[in-house]
Amino acid sequence: MSSLKRLWAWFDDITGTSKALGPPLTHPVPDARKSRWFYVLGSATLAAFLVQVVTGIALSSSYVTGSGQAYDSLRFITGTSLGSVLRGMHYYGSTAMIILIGLHVIRVYLMAAYKYPRQVSWLSGVVLLLGTLLMAFTGQILRWDQGGFWTAVVAAEQAGRTPLIGNWLGHFILAGATPGGATLSRFFAAHVFFIPAVLFTFIAVHLYLVVHNGISEPPKAGRPVDPRTYKRWYHSLMKREGVPFWPDAAWRDLFFGCIVVLAIFLLAVIVGPPEIGKPPDPTIIQASPRPDWYFLWYFALLSLIPNWSETFVIVAVPAIFILFLIALPLVAPKGERSPLRRPWSIVLVIFMVSAIAYYWHEGIRAPWSPRMDAPPLPEAVVGVSSGPIADGAKVFYDKGCEFCHLVSGYGGIRGPDLSDAGDRMTRAEMITRIYSGATNMPSYSNNITPQDLNALLDFLQSRHRAYKYKISPPPMAEARHAR
Amino acid sequence: MMADNLSDDLLDGAQEPVHSQPTEPGEKKRRTFLTEIGVLAAGVAAAIVTVPAIAFLLGLRKTPTIWRPLGRIDDFKIGETVAVSFTDPSPLPWSGVTAKTAAWLRRKDQQEFVAFAIYCTHLGCPVRWIPSANLFMCPCHGGVFYADGNVASGPPPKALSTYPVRVNQGLVEIQTSPVPITTG
Repeated sequence: MSSLKRLWAWFDDITGTSKALGPPLTHPVPDARKSRWFYVLGSATLAAFLVQVVTGIALSSSYVTGSGQAYDSLRFITGTSLGSVLRGMHYYGSTAMIILIGLHVIRVYLMAAYKYPRQVSWLSGVVLLLGTLLMAFTGQILRWDQGGFWTAVVAAEQAGRTPLIGNWLGHFILAGATPGGATLSRFFAAHVFFIPAVLFTFIAVHLYLVVHNGISEPPKAGRPVDPRTYKRWYHSLMKREGVPFWPDAAWRDLFFGCIVVLAIFLLAVIVGPPEIGKPPDPTIIQASPRPDWYFLWYFALLSLIPNWSETFVIVAVPAIFILFLIALPLVAPKGERSPLRRPWSIVLVIFMVSAIAYYWHEGIRAPWSPRMDAPPLPEAVVGVSSGPIADGAKVFYDKGCEFCHLVSGYGGIRGPDLSDAGDRMTRAEMITRIYSGATNMPSYSNNITPQDLNALLDFLQSRHRAYKYKISPPPMAEARHAR
Repeated sequence: MMADNLSDDLLDGAQEPVHSQPTEPGEKKRRTFLTEIGVLAAGVAAAIVTVPAIAFLLGLRKTPTIWRPLGRIDDFKIGETVAVSFTDPSPLPWSGVTAKTAAWLRRKDQQEFVAFAIYCTHLGCPVRWIPSANLFMCPCHGGVFYADGNVASGPPPKALSTYPVRVNQGLVEIQTSPVPITTG
């Protein structure tokens, strides 16, 4: 026996390491055959989480948790080359974690692995999913630039819609009457201590249960779960065709996890961390808060639902989603696992994924947002440099019409494109609309002089289809919309 | 070196601990009592630690409402709406720029002012005053308010909140207030 081996034998004797870690590592897992690679999503989420822990600890060693200093400390961190890479890894690590945990949930839901005896595995996973979403949300606030600051305000306003305790809850989130010195510390404590403590605890529970119950076998149509016989059947299956987790299955987890870490690292180096916006100064009113990509679809959802349903959607929809996740394994602990015998599960997943994709796409375009940075219409668009039409184009800009209406590629996209308004509406129709307004258009009845109105009408009547595509839109239009 | 594996067997529960069953009834009662006392003491200790921690977390700092000067009355033109800022009533030393709050101040006539909160009543984004359009616009979801703060269009459920304003010895003063939260 070499001295190294003897040393290990001695250490193992006094610590019981191999006895403690051996059985969990080598516990039998089903040979998943065709779906083998679907089983790496959970461990890959864990790999991304570990990236978050390491980079987060490193970042926290230089981050200053003061509302007045956090912004500058983050700029300092980003100014160093390693700090920039660490911030990037922390950002893409969170991106990876969200994507992977989402795919993991979909995999487990479609394969109905939440059924007996793995209900608590699912429930602990629900806590991990919600915790991960909260980490993404609080993480954006810790950037504590203008976007982070206003995200905290928007969070408080959303919480404010909760019945009865809304007002208290909103101010609780801000840690006081106004967003200020105490607000950031609150989110820092949540992001760095509370939520990670919950995540660590429930990761332990989640992993313990994987070993205790064994990983679920791939489902087969016509082989329902019967709690009376399942455990005995599973054990005999493992005896017949189980393979040791280490190394027969674990190599796939390691391999995929390493790819995830490598991707996070490369994105951090090549693309770099997200930009730090303007300082979190509440008196800089020129702010357009947008959530990070993870919640952009939710931002869009809140913009596109009818106004009357808003409080319901803000409060009840997340509550229903969480209740669904909790109730699922309790209501349906047995029966068919195969998605082929549970077609509704496929419908639900397709519906959820396409709804999120649709709203996400809308969130990037943000058609409901007025383009307050739209430049005045150039002469090439207006067609003339003086006279009533040119005056009308100026009114069109000054009165904010252009923020919401497009003319030859200039302006916002909230209202109808007015590039060919002269072909579609008469003067009288235009006056009615301008005076009466609409749900999403202010009324200008007391807000425009007769001269301005006449000039505006002259301008709008001069808009014809022939103009619509003649002038190429400003190159920044699309880029701006994408922000 | 690896003489025995006794220590490993302790967890198996294969061996009954010595003296597990008290023989005398009085001894059994005493043990139960001591166990209960022990659990109770642990509960008290846990409460001693967690109650102050949770109370500290849930407690919100009480801030007084005070009047802050915004400028001389002559600095503001009648009919104009301008951005003003003031310091929170009792900012924390580390608040930095976040100690300030902005508002839109409109001088209606000789003596009367109105101050609007910049927080959109929809979801709290900062509304901007567009002087030429005579409208407040929100960059987030396109809420629009008239010059008097009433909703002109878009998703906001109610008019812009206002702060109390007064003129005191030639100075325009604003009363600090909590962030208005639109409740459900």
